[in-house]
Amino acid sequence: MSEGDTITAVATPPGVGGIAVIRLSGPAAERIGRTIFRSAQGHPPPFATHRLYHGHIVSTVDGAVIDEVLVVLMRAPHSYTGEDVLEIHGHGGYLLPRRILAETIRAGARPAAPGEFTKRAFLNDRLDLSQAEAVADMIDARTERGLDLAQSQYRRQLAGEITALRDGIVDAIARLEADIEFAADDPDAPDAMSIPNRLQEIGREVNSLIASYREGRLYRQGVSLVIAGRTNVGKSSLLNRLLGEKRAIVAATPGTTRDFIEETVNIHDIPVRLTDTAGIRGATDAVEQEGIAMVWQRIDAADAVLLVLDGSESLTAADRQIVAELSGKTLIPLVNKADLPRILTPEALSDLLPNHRALWISAKNGTGIDELLQAVRRLFLSAEGDASTGMRITSLRHKLALEKASFFLCQATARAAGGGSPELAAADLQEALEALEEITGETADEMILERIFANFCVGK
Amino acid sequence: MSNRYDVIVVGGGHAGCEAALAAARMGCETLLFNINLDSIALMSCNPAIGGLAKGQLVKEVDALGGEMGRLADKTAVHFRLLNASKGPAVQSTRVQCDKQLYRLAMKTVVERQPRLHLRQGLVDELVVADGRVLGVIDETGAPYEAGAVVLTTGTFLNGLIHIGTTRIPAGRAGEMASLRLAEHLRSLGFEMGRMKTGTPPRLKAATIDFSRLTRQDSDPDPQPFSFVTTTLRTERLPSFFSRTTTATHDFLRENIRESALYSGRIKGISARYCPSLEDKVMRFADKDRHPVVLEFEGLETEEIYAKGLGNSLPPALQERLVHSIPGLEEAEIMRWAYAIEYDFVQPTQLWPTLETKPLKGLYLAGQINGTSGYEEAAAQGLWAGINAAAAVLGRPPFLLGRDEAYMGVMIDDLVTRGVDEPYRMFTSRAEFRLLLREDNATLRLMDRGRELGLIDADAHARMRQRREEIAREIGRLGAAKIHPGAETSRILAEMDAAPIRNVVSLFQLLKRDEVAFDDLAPFSAAGWRPIADPFVKRQVEIEAKYEGYIKRQREAVAKLKALEARRIPEDLDYEAISGLSNELRTKLIRIRPTTVGQADRIPGMTQAAISAVLVAIKKREMEKAAAARSGSVRGSGREDEPAGRPAGRS
Repeated sequence: MSEGDTITAVATPPGVGGIAVIRLSGPAAERIGRTIFRSAQGHPPPFATHRLYHGHIVSTVDGAVIDEVLVVLMRAPHSYTGEDVLEIHGHGGYLLPRRILAETIRAGARPAAPGEFTKRAFLNDRLDLSQAEAVADMIDARTERGLDLAQSQYRRQLAGEITALRDGIVDAIARLEADIEFAADDPDAPDAMSIPNRLQEIGREVNSLIASYREGRLYRQGVSLVIAGRTNVGKSSLLNRLLGEKRAIVAATPGTTRDFIEETVNIHDIPVRLTDTAGIRGATDAVEQEGIAMVWQRIDAADAVLLVLDGSESLTAADRQIVAELSGKTLIPLVNKADLPRILTPEALSDLLPNHRALWISAKNGTGIDELLQAVRRLFLSAEGDASTGMRITSLRHKLALEKASFFLCQATARAAGGGSPELAAADLQEALEALEEITGETADEMILERIFANFCVGK
Repeated sequence: MSNRYDVIVVGGGHAGCEAALAAARMGCETLLFNINLDSIALMSCNPAIGGLAKGQLVKEVDALGGEMGRLADKTAVHFRLLNASKGPAVQSTRVQCDKQLYRLAMKTVVERQPRLHLRQGLVDELVVADGRVLGVIDETGAPYEAGAVVLTTGTFLNGLIHIGTTRIPAGRAGEMASLRLAEHLRSLGFEMGRMKTGTPPRLKAATIDFSRLTRQDSDPDPQPFSFVTTTLRTERLPSFFSRTTTATHDFLRENIRESALYSGRIKGISARYCPSLEDKVMRFADKDRHPVVLEFEGLETEEIYAKGLGNSLPPALQERLVHSIPGLEEAEIMRWAYAIEYDFVQPTQLWPTLETKPLKGLYLAGQINGTSGYEEAAAQGLWAGINAAAAVLGRPPFLLGRDEAYMGVMIDDLVTRGVDEPYRMFTSRAEFRLLLREDNATLRLMDRGRELGLIDADAHARMRQRREEIAREIGRLGAAKIHPGAETSRILAEMDAAPIRNVVSLFQLLKRDEVAFDDLAPFSAAGWRPIADPFVKRQVEIEAKYEGYIKRQREAVAKLKALEARRIPEDLDYEAISGLSNELRTKLIRIRPTTVGQADRIPGMTQAAISAVLVAIKKREMEKAAAARSGSVRGSGREDEPAGRPAGRS
């Protein structure tokens, strides 16, 4: 049996391992693959079953390359779930897999519920009876876990927000429905004139929740920071200081850090993925050039760049070139080696970075690291989000649901303002309501009629 | 005298008549009991048929070969298309009929129907053996045998009228109640409850000052309910509007304890959408007026139905209440308003065929299922009559989904959710209401009516022809492309439509609010052709105007169908399924849903519980398959039969 829709999820644990697998299952798996995957040869691959193809995932929004990947399509019924399954093997970490996931959703997949792949496998007879028992237990456990989740602070707060929005929409639907069902009976029936204004208000609130996603996302998925700078300014030492242990190879020979190193560190509750890059310089050999190209790709994808300068030396041409190439990126300039005599002058600094205030740090003895952590936090949390009362959306699924709600609210507002077809405005609002209900998992059921009867005197 | 019938219908109201006619027309020897043969198909309350969502039901009954729409057309004296300024999905026809003409017309139809036998009498008991109904026993003790029995007891089942402190056991003013049958059903173990409804006073026309009231005339160009109707009566009767006053409200508040409803004498549940005037005034204290509509009960009578004045006050107070209404200061009351309580059977005890779960062969329709309204009753009567006949004839059950008809929505609501107040149809109950319109009822349902033998071949062929023409014209408009340019812009400007920027089809153009089909005539070079049949033209327009929305609803229907296709075995052991809360387990055991879709609609159902049920079904199938492979021979359920009952029941 096919469940009808196509589900997607990151199948590997978050943030661990060099490779992440994004798995899709359902009838649209191949179509979605064709939408977001470009093969290395440039033409769309034939997607022969169980064959790996090398290429890139590209954004359906702007066509930008998101990651270099291998994809494989396993056609039904010879797959884990018994449906068409598409697997995308990309780079690991926090952000890239999430961005690929977002692309699959944009292309029409639905985020999978926990255990849903296994459930489908089971329903398609891909599991044996003992495995079936295990699935039953898993679904069992899921309900319990769901309860735990529902009690978490975020869920409670979000549920409160969504309930308030839902309430406003139910109210508007009730007015439209009362107008549809009873206006003919009663010349004094409630009029539907005030509906567009109310809807606009609700729409604004939904949109501000969507806007909070950038912040909320930080807490759920973290941000990525790239440590950049010319060779031997102490990038790896900074990474080690931030990690609190020695990971990167540190030596005084330029170019010791080959390719790049990724580590995740918790900064004021924000998971931060740090990428230490090879020193950027005009590399001569092919391997190193390749490495440097990758570094620039990382920098492009990063949320911000920790630009490291050496305070014990004067600025070099390489420093200036890097700053020039980083223009347009969000920068946190750091002057390292504060433990050594300061050669770099404030004038030279403000000349190089006129719009920034650089932080003096010492990766060696820890000077200025607390200020650096504060600066990272401030950078990603706006003033209003900082006051811990504001609701922040942290899940992509929630954001997409809110965007859907926003779209239908907008359409309903226009319909309601135009008058004439309250049944269509109601249909739009119903979609908006269902989008919100995807977030909380509750359904309105008989709420509409209840509301009509409670608020309006209707009937013959 | 033979006392043996295929189908026995108990009660000759709107449900009973449709049930009996359908059974007889499908070939069953059918007996219709009524307490009084002069009150066959009597409208106990207002003299009107149709209304919001109810009009859809009437059209559906008609498309399936039922009688209500034809007779409403035949006896209508006032027509209104409700919500005419809104979209077609929420437009409904409502007609006022001559009450006596309607009753007589139905009496004639049932009397002349071959294989249908009428009997004045009161049924007291069912004959039951081995979980099956074998017949009925009337009040004289005479037994009647039947393959199936349909109960349509209306307000008669343990009916009790209240007028102030006066209580009269009655099924309707002036007619006896059915008391012993109610007791008998309780003794059979049915879970029953009590509902309350009421009817306003009837006034004498000559004593009303119509000059002070707002007059509303019938629509000038009325459309009939039925596809068979070609001509309508020419006589028309107007309605008149008045309203309650602050004096009315003050008077009611002062005397509220005299009302049967507010003195605690009435235990039955009232419908919130049809409040008595006491309820309106007490519950909505901030409203200082409520509408009163005066409708003629017929061409040859002075009786006026005073809609909006329903109450259960004693007569002396009713008089003062009526006299507080503008225009009614001198009005003479011919019949007192009253409240009536009656028994109903909680409809979660029914399969989707309307057959009871505890007793095979017993079908319930109308107010006994907790519904209200003539149209709701007629639709259930038709449904139950068809299924009773089908069972007797060994034919498959007749079912319609929520995506196919308002009837399907209503039956599913009843058997899945049960009722906690009298159930009335609303368009908002139908999640696919943009698809389930009055205007396309024949297109949706006539195939099914034809399969049942309730629609004749000619009418069916005509409908099919129209359906093909609609598809053809939509295809033509979709293929007809027009290009942007000066000439196109000029034509569009003439119809007050914005110019186009890209190549569009005429169908896309028709989607615009301001463009009607005939406006596209200047584009005949692109492929426009006139459509002669106004029915076809309207369907093409609606399909275009609703296009995006219809597409969305059809997608939702496809999802629903997948769930409906997955059937639940009747003997699925919910006790053995882990991961179900006690509450949901109890509900599943009580409702015994026939499909996963139905289970999903049980109030409070969760996705986790549905998954658990799916897994349990699958496990069972796998165990069975494993057992079959290991050589044991076991009968499999008939998987291809419609889900009127759960799979595996024979």
